[in-house]
Amino acid sequence: METKNMMIVGVGGQGTLLASKLLGRLLLGKGFDVKVSEVHGMSQRGGSVVTYVRWGDRVCSPIIDKGEADCILSFELLEAARYTDFLKPGGRIIVNSQQINPMPVIAGAAVYPENLVEKMSALDAKVDAFDALSLAEEVGSSKAVNLVLMGRLARHFDFTQEEWMEAIENSVPSKFLEMNKKAFALGQREMCS
Amino acid sequence: MKTLMLGNEAVARGLYEAGCSFVSSYPGTPSTEITECVAKYDEVYAEWAPNEKVALEAAFGACLRGVRSFCAMKHVGLNVAADPLFTISYTGVNAGLIIGVADDAGMHSSQNEQDSRHYARAAKIPMLEPSDSAEALAFAKLAYELSEQFDTAVLMKMCTRVSHSQSVVETEERVVPEQKKYEKNPAKYIMMPAYAKKKHPMVEARTKALTAWAETAEINRIEPGQDTSVGIITSSTCYQYVKEAYGDTYPVLKLGMIWPMPEQKIRDFAATVEKLVVVEELDGFIENHCRNLGLSVAGKDLFTEIGELSQNAVKEKLGQAVQAGETLSEEIPARPPVMCAGCPHRSLFYVLKKLNLTVLGDIGCYTLGAVAPLNAIDTTICMGASVSGLHGFVKAGDEACAGKTVAVIGDSTFIHSGVTGLINIAYNESDSTVIILDNSITGMTGHQQNPTTGYNLKGDPCTKIDLESLCHAVGIRRVKVVDPYDMETCQKVIKEELAAKEPSVIISRRPCALLKYVKHPGAICSDPEKCKGCKACMQIGCPAISMVDGKAVIDETLCVGCGVCEQLCKFGALG
Repeated sequence: METKNMMIVGVGGQGTLLASKLLGRLLLGKGFDVKVSEVHGMSQRGGSVVTYVRWGDRVCSPIIDKGEADCILSFELLEAARYTDFLKPGGRIIVNSQQINPMPVIAGAAVYPENLVEKMSALDAKVDAFDALSLAEEVGSSKAVNLVLMGRLARHFDFTQEEWMEAIENSVPSKFLEMNKKAFALGQREMCS
Repeated sequence: MKTLMLGNEAVARGLYEAGCSFVSSYPGTPSTEITECVAKYDEVYAEWAPNEKVALEAAFGACLRGVRSFCAMKHVGLNVAADPLFTISYTGVNAGLIIGVADDAGMHSSQNEQDSRHYARAAKIPMLEPSDSAEALAFAKLAYELSEQFDTAVLMKMCTRVSHSQSVVETEERVVPEQKKYEKNPAKYIMMPAYAKKKHPMVEARTKALTAWAETAEINRIEPGQDTSVGIITSSTCYQYVKEAYGDTYPVLKLGMIWPMPEQKIRDFAATVEKLVVVEELDGFIENHCRNLGLSVAGKDLFTEIGELSQNAVKEKLGQAVQAGETLSEEIPARPPVMCAGCPHRSLFYVLKKLNLTVLGDIGCYTLGAVAPLNAIDTTICMGASVSGLHGFVKAGDEACAGKTVAVIGDSTFIHSGVTGLINIAYNESDSTVIILDNSITGMTGHQQNPTTGYNLKGDPCTKIDLESLCHAVGIRRVKVVDPYDMETCQKVIKEELAAKEPSVIISRRPCALLKYVKHPGAICSDPEKCKGCKACMQIGCPAISMVDGKAVIDETLCVGCGVCEQLCKFGALG
């Protein structure tokens, strides 16, 4: 099988690492060769964060290069727009439409671009934008955004419901398990916009 | 069992399986998780040392006593540990000793982009370089065998992409070798001229023996390719980029040991290909070795010395077109890292900026005090340089600039190498004011304990170094403690200490806002009726505050209620 490439992008502190960890374990369980690449350190302090998940028969490079991503899963709108050049022609962008202002915007040195969903949809890309934050707040915490997004992502993978549940149980603290399962289910149910 | 592991976690697993029993390290991105992961094995003693030199010397002591030992550091940490490194090369080891060093090409979280491979050559110590997690695990075990077989410490070189990528490993059981006996051996372990002169030829002979080993070592392997118009020599993560780009098209010589390198194997490989190309990040280290062998080789004439490579970079430079995806036509604002909401450093930097001081900075989260809107730092060099640099700056200054300069340094960094600079300030009597930003944790690398926190690496309570007593003990009479959230008092104390005609230390003390035990009062509320839109609260660069339609708005999901913005608002709109 040709290697598949997924980028998970967002803002430091949003829980992107949990998503890549969960996905990596699931893919390994299916017998794929898997590589997951993260960058720690500076990027955690509210900076732009990128994780690469790659799987196939044999995966060599741990990173995804420009023009290679089959899918970009973005936890924040501007971050999806930042990395469109990593997408393959016709690739998929799944994006939480939540907007988090970066410091240059807060400080008034730059403006947050408008109508990013429309602009990304005009590219050679399949864009699935939805408000994951509201769904997360429905189950009780803005921190559940990552599981809402994983639920949304689930429709593009061949894992069974049991496999997803097992992976979630192994990845989140038991205290928050029920909330995270609900968040996942909401993401799965939400219709494409 | 097959499992996914970070490269750093795999090194830790390899150490564990090889029976390593002693680990001493100082945290530094991207090396930190090796030590954090190995500390989870109860059978391994693991500690955070005050700095890398201490860590390496402690690990050497343990290997001298007879147990397999390890220490880890980032590339710049090896500069700190370079002193013992060069002489441990002469003594050799008793039980095996591995020194892990992680480079950061691309400077994801570092102040320079130095290439640690030069240390292996300069100190005449062998260096292994894994290209993924499976190799990281296997090489850690192999490194102990080499260490004991050749009587040498072994450097294990990681890089950000190997350290922080997960790939598949298969684990095995732990096997602990019998503890070696320590025997007094002055000729081997006392490096004074009479003994060291006899040792140096043995070091040179060891490099020759290791070169011979490198000729047939399995970790320096030739992978055949169909097209011999190009042959590639590579190692580390670059090997993975080459294989990603070209699969089995071109023959590849993959070096697992980067120093010493084989000679005949490289000549033989070169003879089978039309054009020899070295693919390596940062300096032309392998390339220079090939040139020394008299080979015609391409390397840094194609690939940059700056930053990271990738599969596309390899393809492009070898003449294959690559196609990036589409970009949006408009500018996408950058999203740089910022001090967290509630960070105790923010308000202190605001005061320093307000007083218009020259600020010599140091290494840690607080380096972010250098960026807009605070712009409060003048220099950052390396761990400890703020304190020692301040002394020189003050001594070289005249009356006009007296009392206008401070150093800022974190608690962990102060213990690492700030305290020696403070001793110089006390001993040579400069009217310097050092501000220790004590947030009760090593913050930047992700919350590691240090000698001032009262807990050790395993999380157990331990001796807590008292910063006030330490400063007094080295000869500083004026030591003040302030709460950085209280900006009025901070300003008053800083002015007082700068006016004093003797050395002084101000400890700005408040735990990192992200520490689990820190209780926050809850988000500040903004009152749009009272807000005049003066933007005074925007001067501190808090990510929780923004202006919407001319009024300050607080992001309740980020705000922890530190109250610093409240102190800046003259209209009572925040509270």
